Amino acid sequence: MRSVMSGNEAIARGAWEAGVTVATAYPGTPSTEILENVATYPDIYSEWSVNEKVAVEVAIGATEVGARCLSAMKVVGLNVAADPVFNASYVGTPGYVVVVADDPGRYSSQTEQDNRRLGPYAKLPVLEPATSQECKDFVRAGIELSERFGTPVMLRTTTRTSHSKGLVELGGRVEKTDPPALVRQPRYSLLPGLTRTRHQELEERMSRIRAWADESHLNRIEMADAEVGIVACGAAYQFAREAFPRASFLKVGMSYPLPEKLVRDFRAKVRRLYVVEELDPFLEEQIRLMGVQVDGGAELLPRWGELDPYLVATGLARAGVPGANPIFTTQPAAPVQGLPMRPPTLCPGCGHRGVFTVLSRLKVFVAGDIGCYTLGILPPFNALHSDICMGASIGTAHGIEKALGATARDKKNRKVSVIGDSTFFHSGMTGLLNIVWNGGSSVVIILDNRTTAMTGGQETPAMGRTLSGKEAPAVDMEALCRALGVSRVQTVDAYDLAALETSIKAALDADEPAVIIAQAPCVLEYKIKWEPWVIEADACTGCMRCLRVGCTALGVIPAAEVGREKDLVTIDASLCIGCGVCAQMCRFDAIHAPAGKEG
Amino acid sequence: MTTTTTTTTTNLLLAGVGGQGVILASYLLSQMALEAGFDIKQSEVHGMAQRGGSVVSHLRFGREVHSPLFTAGTADILLSFEPLEALRYVNWLKPEGILIYNTVQVNPSTVASGLAKYPDRIEERIAEAHAHVLGINAVAIATQAGTARATNLVLLGALSPRLPFTDEQWDAVLRRELAPAILEVNLRAFQLGKEAAKV
Repeated sequence: MRSVMSGNEAIARGAWEAGVTVATAYPGTPSTEILENVATYPDIYSEWSVNEKVAVEVAIGATEVGARCLSAMKVVGLNVAADPVFNASYVGTPGYVVVVADDPGRYSSQTEQDNRRLGPYAKLPVLEPATSQECKDFVRAGIELSERFGTPVMLRTTTRTSHSKGLVELGGRVEKTDPPALVRQPRYSLLPGLTRTRHQELEERMSRIRAWADESHLNRIEMADAEVGIVACGAAYQFAREAFPRASFLKVGMSYPLPEKLVRDFRAKVRRLYVVEELDPFLEEQIRLMGVQVDGGAELLPRWGELDPYLVATGLARAGVPGANPIFTTQPAAPVQGLPMRPPTLCPGCGHRGVFTVLSRLKVFVAGDIGCYTLGILPPFNALHSDICMGASIGTAHGIEKALGATARDKKNRKVSVIGDSTFFHSGMTGLLNIVWNGGSSVVIILDNRTTAMTGGQETPAMGRTLSGKEAPAVDMEALCRALGVSRVQTVDAYDLAALETSIKAALDADEPAVIIAQAPCVLEYKIKWEPWVIEADACTGCMRCLRVGCTALGVIPAAEVGREKDLVTIDASLCIGCGVCAQMCRFDAIHAPAGKEG
Repeated sequence: MTTTTTTTTTNLLLAGVGGQGVILASYLLSQMALEAGFDIKQSEVHGMAQRGGSVVSHLRFGREVHSPLFTAGTADILLSFEPLEALRYVNWLKPEGILIYNTVQVNPSTVASGLAKYPDRIEERIAEAHAHVLGINAVAIATQAGTARATNLVLLGALSPRLPFTDEQWDAVLRRELAPAILEVNLRAFQLGKEAAKV
């Protein structure tokens, strides 16, 4: 049976077909849908772990009893998980595939790192699918490879392969015959004294995998016109196939280690050899290290951003490579200039809006974090001044305070951290403990919307249920912060601007760490829609103060259109969810709740 | 206006605003291409898109399709859910390509907060920018069918005469993919969209 699947859906299907029984992840674009889809297969235990590091540790434990496992994470998630991933390589976990979704083009990630480098770095093989079909098949191949050589295997996708859809031929499930059993295995104890021979074994393991690569069905030569030969993998292979329809290809499925004999065979068959890949020249470096002549690679293509057929065709054609598809070398018409951008924005009714309206007014320095609230960096708020990585809002604010020393309490140096509830659980808790321990007095505002909102509303430890929909204990966030040693903890209604302002000011004046939990459930995830509010046209002076809340439900009608002196603000009833935040900005009482719902 | 043929790859670009149903429309079109026996690649970017940002989806079908992306100047059809997004992506069309768009404007956040101005005479500017253009008020037509939420089905209806799919294939896919509770109103919206495109 054939189905249209995204790469991520196909990876989930592949996990099921490969007999995986344990799958773990923390949500992160573009990898999130992998576990969301795995959770639809009842044969697999799946969980959102608290962060990527925990996700990998859970999987390592599961391999200890012989379970086939998969973990999934986004590009920077691997940085969080790197410690257990490196150690999993030293252990040699069998039946374990780590999926990492990189993001050339930085559609939703802060870095554009090429995680294929982890292959040689952590000494594990890297598979790179180019289609949804391969996303599915390579999970199975990865599990087999992992069991055969006793190594974790990295399956590396990009935003394009994870989120593109294509045809997938479905297959059946192959389960392991022996049931899980807890057998004590010395290689799971990485005590320095006991791991004396492990590094050597790792190098020998890689040599065996390198030899196997030449026999592997994961790599193939596609001979056509012998004038131009292109080595490519992943989405870049698809772009290159369109850009050079008559060229011959070495289609690489395992990008580390490369099949040396196959590379030499291919070189001997073509007159000119090119390497087409996104981000780092990872294949090219390996090929050049073999002493194989490459006629062009990284220098012909952009080294950052995502490729497409136009960039591949023009990049190579400029260097004199014949056979580019003329459709992709014609300079297209320029886009229409001067159009207003349409950046993402906080939803109408979003609980973060009130917090950023107040912070913008207080003019404090705001150390931000990773989530929807990162949008507080944009106009009209301009109320987020640093944004590093998951959980960093808390550590960076503490560092600012300690480096400023005595001047940290000057009015111009006041600062707060803002962090979402899911991000706080992911890696904010340790930072908070660090502040308490080291005598900091930071103000940490936890934007508690009861979900992992930016990635599409995934479960959190405070939500009362797990990925599979099972009921779970909901963490008491106030009690958690108190347990970490913060005595000044307060929960505030995120829609109440006056209460927020009072609470933040008091916390800034206090000489101790403070946590303010600004609470409002995500309107998107919880489908919140109260009655829309209305503008009383006679009372609206057109001062536009309400627009400072940056809500797309608000609009402006030019004065001329309504026959008055000043422009008039309107509320789009189809977008307004009735949160009332804009009304709290109005000094003329012109914005009202619908009749009978005042206050 | 021409109809796309079945011998080459058809490049279809869908553009709109997060929350307008662009993703569902692309999904339905990919199911249509599957029903009709084509190879398919479809690609969009998720992430921050649903927060009111621009959403773009590439759909390609034909005998054998490699790249999930095509590039500016190579689209056979641009289906835009919003006029500003139509103007933003109109250069993606081939000279002989067709633009079908919804004439109802959605303000970007930059316009809502008074930082930018929505372009004047947008429909005239679209007509100046491209030769083969059809603008319809898909929201009004959807409302006439029963709900403004069926705007995406009105647009699919308007698009349907330009695609190599039969009425039977459309009917089979829509009945299979849409929830029973919303099926009838969506079928009506599709039909009205198709009629609007004949004018």
